[in-house]
Amino acid sequence: MDPGVVAAVADAHRREWAFVLAATVRVTGDINLGEECVQDAYARALSAWASAGVPANPGAWLTTVARRRALDLKRRDATARRAAPLLLDDDPTPGPDDQVGDRPDIDDDRLRLVFTCCHPALSPDARVALTLRLLCGLTTGEVARAFLVTESTMAARISRAKKKITAARIPYRVPDLAELPARVGAVLDVVHLLFTTGHSAPIGDDLVRRDLVERALDLTRMLRTLLPGDADVAGLLALILLTDARRDTRTDDDGRLLLLAEQDRARWDHAAIIEGVALVREALRRRPPGRFALMAAIAAVHDQAPHYTDTDWNEIVALYDLLVQLWPSPVVALNRAAALGLAHGPSAGLAALDALAEEPQLAGYAYLPAARADFLSRLGRTDQARLAYAEALLLTENTVERDFLTDRLAQLDR
Amino acid sequence: MSQYLVLIYEDETAWANATEAEAGKILAEHGEFGERNRSSLSGGNALQPTSASTTIRRDSSGGFSVTDAPFAETKEALGGYYLIEANDLDEAIEVAKQVPAPFGGVEVRPIRTFD
Repeated sequence: MDPGVVAAVADAHRREWAFVLAATVRVTGDINLGEECVQDAYARALSAWASAGVPANPGAWLTTVARRRALDLKRRDATARRAAPLLLDDDPTPGPDDQVGDRPDIDDDRLRLVFTCCHPALSPDARVALTLRLLCGLTTGEVARAFLVTESTMAARISRAKKKITAARIPYRVPDLAELPARVGAVLDVVHLLFTTGHSAPIGDDLVRRDLVERALDLTRMLRTLLPGDADVAGLLALILLTDARRDTRTDDDGRLLLLAEQDRARWDHAAIIEGVALVREALRRRPPGRFALMAAIAAVHDQAPHYTDTDWNEIVALYDLLVQLWPSPVVALNRAAALGLAHGPSAGLAALDALAEEPQLAGYAYLPAARADFLSRLGRTDQARLAYAEALLLTENTVERDFLTDRLAQLDR
Repeated sequence: MSQYLVLIYEDETAWANATEAEAGKILAEHGEFGERNRSSLSGGNALQPTSASTTIRRDSSGGFSVTDAPFAETKEALGGYYLIEANDLDEAIEVAKQVPAPFGGVEVRPIRTFD
């Protein structure tokens, strides 16, 4: 097998899967059949491209082959038509109905697929699984590994979700303008969850799961192409770029967690920072600014400080003040309290953290005792700091974070 | 077109404690809902409270047990339903959002068809 062709097919899988599947599902009217035809098209590409060369537009080639296969199967098996009339579009060529009125910017089959996968009538777990399976083209085994569940569990979850799409007739279309902002919000929540799961793996031996972070970035870039005027999409893309720009410096060569203060800023991804900052500016133009835009703005303040000591903590606290109003989550309040301590000193930070001690949502959240431990040690209250680090250690299952906390605990006694 | 059953689940004590004026207002809202969605509606009824319900199950000896209780004891009980027609779930949800249910909410269940 020509390695160049294998690489071209793999690349087309990564870039074009969602496009090809979304266009094919419009012909099949059925997601399972659509997937089958698309898989078949990729398999054919391996031999066809080896003899005839890689086509100039691989996505269009794959779509044509997958749709032709779908039409063949439909002709051969009229029951497919009866079984799943829901998503059916008898005429696969674009017609006047396919122009979404004055919204040509969102006339793309991929958007239909996005809104089907992230429909609020599906459970959040199912939305994430379907997004990885159908929009990113991951196998069920790969999706299962990403979420540390068995393949049979994930297969059952995906199959249940697909059955609900058919049984409840979850539509394959872009929601009405009135519904659009809320529905885009649901899509972005799914992608953001993918990113945070990848960026800070809750359990396991690695701090970051690169595969999930990159999928989240790909999806957000796709949404940016499909909804170029949406401030929330711009905000999420900025957030991912500005956070992920520090990917190479979050741990040292031995895999030890490094704080912002310890990271080599010269090794941050400056191209990503420049792109992210421009997107933050764009996202913040909308009033009031959205949640992702504010989070991205906070990341931008960190990324733009030449040294840790240059960090504008007052600006960060001010951004957290806005964020906590818009998104009153205990986790945001915790981050605000930590920033407050760095802006106004450890006593102020400790007082703000202690005000959150009764939050039920933060019980079991390792960052609260870890942040308390840090402020306590700065205040010279070593015994209490020791207790707080021990509490944090009890609450984290990530190996890299555990090593970091153990290290801090040991330093208290030096 | 598909059919969906919109099940209205509400707190029965809130209904029992509602004044005549409050109850009348909600009933009038149901009337307006019915007028507004006449083209989608295929049926609907209000139910007597669960205190009037009887549950029948087969018991282990092959007979029946008949009890004076609802099928499931919950704070919010099934109190009525509409049978609606819609092209897809989003359309059904749009109709369901308009169903007055001040003491609870509604559940949308697709009607199953057998070929």
